[in-house]
Amino acid sequence: MAAREVARTPENKVYSKPRLLTDAVMHFCPGCSHGTIHKLIAEVIDEMGMEHEAIGISPVGCGVLAYDYIDIDWVEAAHGRAAAVGTAIKRLNPSKLVFTYQGDGDLAAIGTGETIHACNRGENITIIYINNAIYGMTGGQMAPTTLLGQRTATTPQGRDAAQHGYPFKVGDMLAQLDGVCYVTRQSVHTPASVRRAKKALRKAFENSMQQKGLSFVEFVSTCSSGWKMTPVEANRWLAEHMLPVYPLGDIKG
Amino acid sequence: MEEIRLMKGNEVIAEAAVRCGCDGYFGYPITPQSEILETLTMMRPWETTGMVVVQAESEVAAINMAYGGASCGKRVMVSSSSPGISLMCEGLSYLAGAELPCLVVNVSRGGPGLGTIQPSQADYFQAVKGGGHGDYHLIVLAPGSVQEMYDFVSWGFDLAFRYRNPVMILSDGVIGQMMEKVVLSAPKPRWSDEQIAEMWGSWAVTGKPASRTRNIVTSVELDPLRQERFNHKLTDKYRTICEREARCEMVGCDDADYVIVAYGSSARISQKVVELAAEDGLKVGLLRPITLYPFPEREIERLSHRVKGFLSVEMSMGQMIEDVKLASRCRVPVYHFGRTGGVIHTPTEVYEALKSNFLQK
Amino acid sequence: MAKIRGIVTIEQERCKGCGVCVEACPSQVLELAFEVNGKGYHYAKMANPDACTGCTSCALVCPDSCITVYRQKDSDD
Repeated sequence: MAAREVARTPENKVYSKPRLLTDAVMHFCPGCSHGTIHKLIAEVIDEMGMEHEAIGISPVGCGVLAYDYIDIDWVEAAHGRAAAVGTAIKRLNPSKLVFTYQGDGDLAAIGTGETIHACNRGENITIIYINNAIYGMTGGQMAPTTLLGQRTATTPQGRDAAQHGYPFKVGDMLAQLDGVCYVTRQSVHTPASVRRAKKALRKAFENSMQQKGLSFVEFVSTCSSGWKMTPVEANRWLAEHMLPVYPLGDIKG
Repeated sequence: MEEIRLMKGNEVIAEAAVRCGCDGYFGYPITPQSEILETLTMMRPWETTGMVVVQAESEVAAINMAYGGASCGKRVMVSSSSPGISLMCEGLSYLAGAELPCLVVNVSRGGPGLGTIQPSQADYFQAVKGGGHGDYHLIVLAPGSVQEMYDFVSWGFDLAFRYRNPVMILSDGVIGQMMEKVVLSAPKPRWSDEQIAEMWGSWAVTGKPASRTRNIVTSVELDPLRQERFNHKLTDKYRTICEREARCEMVGCDDADYVIVAYGSSARISQKVVELAAEDGLKVGLLRPITLYPFPEREIERLSHRVKGFLSVEMSMGQMIEDVKLASRCRVPVYHFGRTGGVIHTPTEVYEALKSNFLQK
Repeated sequence: MAKIRGIVTIEQERCKGCGVCVEACPSQVLELAFEVNGKGYHYAKMANPDACTGCTSCALVCPDSCITVYRQKDSDD
């Protein structure tokens, strides 16, 4: 029996581009986790009905242009300073949903101070942290999160602990701080992980609105260009190499 | 209601902030300006006006908190002293680049480096020429009294919002620490969210209402031609500021042979020099720039046709003197005198310098 | 017996041909086209439409949000 084609009707539609994503084609490389995470943010804000209350803070790095893609109000912060910017926005506008979006260079290197202290003060914001173990925008240099042995533009022989120290597990460190109510490590490399990540993001945003303290959502992510792999290979490499060092799941809360 | 009190310059900054409806203050302790943060935490304005006061973990964080608050169309301010202002320079450049209003108070001290904690005016270049990177200017106000410390907070916010540009009050440890009588104006309420949406809805980030497209506060531009166009727009703004906002005070300049140019505490000291000179029958005037950027060029240019020379008196090795030379087109000799590194010159020292430069050469 | 069937539409010009959807599909419905789009990417397309159950796995992992999924329940009478 030749199957009839499924009707493309609104009632049959089960998944489409989120309403709060703009029509702009993202500048990210093919397969980049940023796009998937942007999509989750847009979906969660829409589902929470927070479109008119959300204020995002974009970083310096590949995420800098987040404001071109998610249709809410945005502030673009100086490199690493998003948590300080977010602190004031939330304190001055307690009814808003305030979140930062930062990479591992922005947050875990140059912005370590601002991040730790916003966490320690228990600011009622959400920090979305993209950990792809490399500097993407500047061309694939070592990040604090780079794995031991991982080759980058500035560790061409692989990261050597004696020379460069160790992969920085930011989430584990921040979980020690009393101001932090929720630390979770997620990924978007499989359909199941995307579903889990979305739930985590929603929980974080709800914490922020309920004044529970700071929520920290880490996304273990790929950078296929920086890692010099195809996107599919990068997803596999993430599972094989990143996840043993940065295991997924809730760290606190 | 107006009130008259005897207050310290730094305390007055805090009092002025609360009374003029400031929404947020972000600070970090550094001598000689810590009383600003201390006074605010003593006043507890969050319980009265709702003003937010945060002791940040660094000056870098403080200025970026101000950047966040300013992005929302709120009246926000920071204060620091010289080394701390150096740390804030990145943020100042971003504020200027994103065209955000913000008030910055520098109660400056001796440098370079960690320097001293005593008064200095060696941050002139940093304040008026940039400090941070890129084609931008701060509007720089130089109070000469505790009363002006008070008045310039409100004036500074007005300028910051009129031009969407950071404004700096460049004070020093003398004015920050000294006590004088000050007339405090009646308190003004903070702006409501509705007022902010009405006045600054075209740019302020408040959560995107259904009635408008999203607002984006940013200073990044990927296309150099668009960045160039933006820089021209900024420059046009600065030109307007220079045409309209330059202020100075002139004492005895009408028939002066020699004019001292001095701001802030140096101007206070130089007032005495004018009196000492008059006792000796010398015609010495004082031109006190109230705005350092824009610099009162026109008045100096006008005087340069008539006077025999200028003496730039500043607690530095000579920074403002460059602007005096430029403004006077070097038509007459321009000399500098100033103690530095935290040392304050006396009227006698200034007077001797004036005489030795102009009368004994 | 009810059978759940699905179909996806892929915005060909937005697709960057990363292939993440192809890998995510549990029913091997998708493949990258031999042809390229305006940007030179081998875009994703349905190669085996009959196998699609409308599970949304492909769309969930698509970083460019170019996949729309439709699903319908047919009664097999």
